[in-house]
Amino acid sequence: MSTMKDFKAEKPTWCPGCGDFGVLNAMQRAAVSLGLEPENVAVISGIGCSGKMSQHFGGYGLHSLHGRSLPTAQAVKLANKNLTVMAAGGDGDGFGIGMGHFIHAMRRNVDITYIVMDNHIYGLTTGQASPTSDIGSTTKTSPHGTVEKPIEPLQLALSERCGFIAQGFSGDTKHLATLIEKAIRHRGFSFVNVFSPCVTFNKVNTYEFYKTGLVNLDEDEGYNNADRFEAMRRVSEANNLVVGVVYEDPAQTAYEDTVYGYPSESLVSMERGLKQEEYDRILAAFH
Amino acid sequence: MQDCGWKIGGKQGEGIDSTGDIYAIALHRMGYYVFTYRHFMSLIKGGHTNYKIRVADEQIRHHGDLVHVLIAFDQTTIDENWQELADGAVVIYDGAAFEAKLPGDRDVNLCQVPLTEIAKQAGGAIMKNMVSIGVTAAIHNMDPELFHPVIEDKFGKKGAKVVQSNLEAVRQGYVYYEEHYKAHIPMPKPSVVPSDERHFYVSGNQAAGFGALAGGCRFLAAYPITPATEIMYWLINEMPKHGGIVVQAEDEIAAVNMAIGANFSGVPAMTSTSGPGFSLMMEALGLAGMSETPLVIVDVQRSGPSTGLPTKTEQSDLNEALYGTHGEIQRIVLTPRTVEECFLYTADAFSLAEKYQMPVIVLTDLYMGMSSQTIDRFPADKVMADTGKRISDEALLALEPGAFVRYDETVKDGVSPRSLPGQKNGRYVALGNEHNGIGLEVEETYIRQAQADKRMRKLQHFTHQSGVTVDGIKDAPFALVGFGSTYGLLEEARQKLAQSGLQVKHIHFSRVAPFPKEDFAAAMGGVERALVVELNQQGQLANVIRREAGYHDILFNGLKYNGDPLYLHEVLERAGQVFPMGVLQ
Ligand SMILES: Cc1ncc(C[n+]2csc(CCOP(=O)(O)OP(=O)(O)O)c2C)c(N)n1
Ligand code: SF4
Ligand SMILES: [Mg+2]
Repeated sequence: MSTMKDFKAEKPTWCPGCGDFGVLNAMQRAAVSLGLEPENVAVISGIGCSGKMSQHFGGYGLHSLHGRSLPTAQAVKLANKNLTVMAAGGDGDGFGIGMGHFIHAMRRNVDITYIVMDNHIYGLTTGQASPTSDIGSTTKTSPHGTVEKPIEPLQLALSERCGFIAQGFSGDTKHLATLIEKAIRHRGFSFVNVFSPCVTFNKVNTYEFYKTGLVNLDEDEGYNNADRFEAMRRVSEANNLVVGVVYEDPAQTAYEDTVYGYPSESLVSMERGLKQEEYDRILAAFH
Repeated sequence: MQDCGWKIGGKQGEGIDSTGDIYAIALHRMGYYVFTYRHFMSLIKGGHTNYKIRVADEQIRHHGDLVHVLIAFDQTTIDENWQELADGAVVIYDGAAFEAKLPGDRDVNLCQVPLTEIAKQAGGAIMKNMVSIGVTAAIHNMDPELFHPVIEDKFGKKGAKVVQSNLEAVRQGYVYYEEHYKAHIPMPKPSVVPSDERHFYVSGNQAAGFGALAGGCRFLAAYPITPATEIMYWLINEMPKHGGIVVQAEDEIAAVNMAIGANFSGVPAMTSTSGPGFSLMMEALGLAGMSETPLVIVDVQRSGPSTGLPTKTEQSDLNEALYGTHGEIQRIVLTPRTVEECFLYTADAFSLAEKYQMPVIVLTDLYMGMSSQTIDRFPADKVMADTGKRISDEALLALEPGAFVRYDETVKDGVSPRSLPGQKNGRYVALGNEHNGIGLEVEETYIRQAQADKRMRKLQHFTHQSGVTVDGIKDAPFALVGFGSTYGLLEEARQKLAQSGLQVKHIHFSRVAPFPKEDFAAAMGGVERALVVELNQQGQLANVIRREAGYHDILFNGLKYNGDPLYLHEVLERAGQVFPMGVLQ
């Protein structure tokens, strides 16, 4: 049985108080709760403060390029289906430079979990506007306030019919851990957006800001998270400030379960090269 | 060698390609060597397209300069191709469609054949292509029944009636020509009896796909692009039979990062692309280099820059393959000379990528990728099988958790054993940041330097069957030099020059990185003038040679970059300017 210690690596380098500590903690808790072994978990991260996740989480890690965690993570999983694969990154990484991959990962529906540490700012590059910055945010690159409409990650995922959508808050790691656990359990692509405050560069979207005013859908007995349009309405009414499992469609089939020819054994265990009869069959087609 | 050129031309959408395929495959199966080249445009219907087939009684690796039989479905076909017509060539056209005119003076036979009318009588206007094959058979004194098996193969699924009417179209075309015209062009004799072991009809792209499979590749991620898509098509059919998959990525950035991800998991993986896609992969190329993750990229070059000429050939991505990506990484760049080497080196790319833990780029081009041709054998017995340095489960279990040093900078040859996800105690982080031994990003100057030096050491003792070859007189004072797909043509040029008395050799690169320094120096022994022939504007190979080996005063450029493939007469002409003229008559 693994313990929290098994999923610890080097001491994180985040600023004291950074929201990403809570996300790391929740990921570790989820892994322990699911009984995973560290060698069977791979975290693939992008670039940003959040991108350090692959180094701080004690599984195998691939710290990829800015915005490219998702294609990399999908392939890590497709190549070795026995791994639990989490992709992790920031709001700039996932909704700016990597946005295209996010939408296509939802379409493709490979069985991985995507965790975004959404701090509404570019942290690592010291405080520029991000795709989720609210209109009017003053940052180093928007001294007069941003004018672009922010991306709404949950609505985007809902419109793309992502099979599992949740939102958490790194100030509540216990709840966040349950969300990540459910996300990993979901067969297919799962998305967990996390309000993860940047205490250094974002003085608006702070712990205080989120501590009041978040609607917890998991505690709302009347909420039906199987109803996509209901989800869209509730997220919209709360101005995106919800936490909990926003939507789940267990009926969707994962890429691996649908795509023609995906082998039942893991790709990595396949024999290399070709046998003589395989050569002969291929050669015959070239005559 | 005896050879003969045939070309059919018309508008895209008129069935030019399938006619060419039928004719080429029929000849191939009769035991000829064929080489095909398709001229096409980046649109679906309407533009001029033509299909050239060269037939010979020996191995050929070029589609030839001359056309002996031209089937012209429109005047444009004549206007665009008349200069290639050999003396005594036969031009077939349908007088009901247009009245053929030769734009210049040429000693050729213009023969009107009512292709469409004959086709209609045989069962439908669409079969005018088959009528033209019958006419061709007559011109060459070939038995039209020889085409029966291929027609059976091609149309058998559509029923016996379709087969019969296509055959009838061939026969009627034959009869019409026999009755009306006298011009005959001798055909060489087929020299091979095709067998299970010998005589295959294959394109460079198919060979690269086959090679990938033979080399262990079980994961392809790619985004469609001419002229590389056929690699994807071929592997989409084959991969599932061998426990592998093909993913159509959302773009080339995704494709290359997927290939890195799969390799990280331990599955030999690649992406295939052409120039525009290759450009999008530059950042990831650096990630593979820095994180020491195996990666294979096949770049089927086309004419650039930017969108360039999407359906035309060029060899202008060499610089990008050698130097692309910011910062400094090591990479291996293989430049197959032949279709056989497309197979072999794409296969080997996977072993090399794992052995040296770095990106391997296989540079082919549209000309080799899309031209189908006859080869004798696939060099399957020469394929490497190397999974590189791996740390065993036992060795890992003997370590304390966290003690595995993935990027051990003390290893002599620079290549440190890797673990794969799933191996207990093998945890590390593969990353593009500078890092220490366990894959933690660090900025200490001494670690940076040690890790950078470790990576650079990896190719110091590189060995591989690719490199540089020399054909002809070993210590000749004159040399033709090239890389990749121009091998066959430069060989023909060398032989022609040698026949006219020139002391000449042909030096050809099948690998440009790591640069085969010693072998190239040996090859250049005794050379007074070297003509470096390549399909780009700036003389990229010549510049690499200058940079890596010198020879500044004796290198001459032979450059072509107008979108057309290279022709023999062009090489001979340039050779005549560079080498002493007197011996060349
Ligand atoms: C291709 C590329 N462009 C730009 C950068 C610089 N860069 C690094 S992180 C980052 C933004 C990080 O913001 P986010 O993804 O929100 O992560 P955070 O630091 O806030 O966790 C940028 C622009 C880069 N590394 N690569
Ligand atoms: S800059 Fe912000 S996001 Fe980055 S570590 Fe510090 S608090 Fe966290
Ligand atoms: Mg951010």
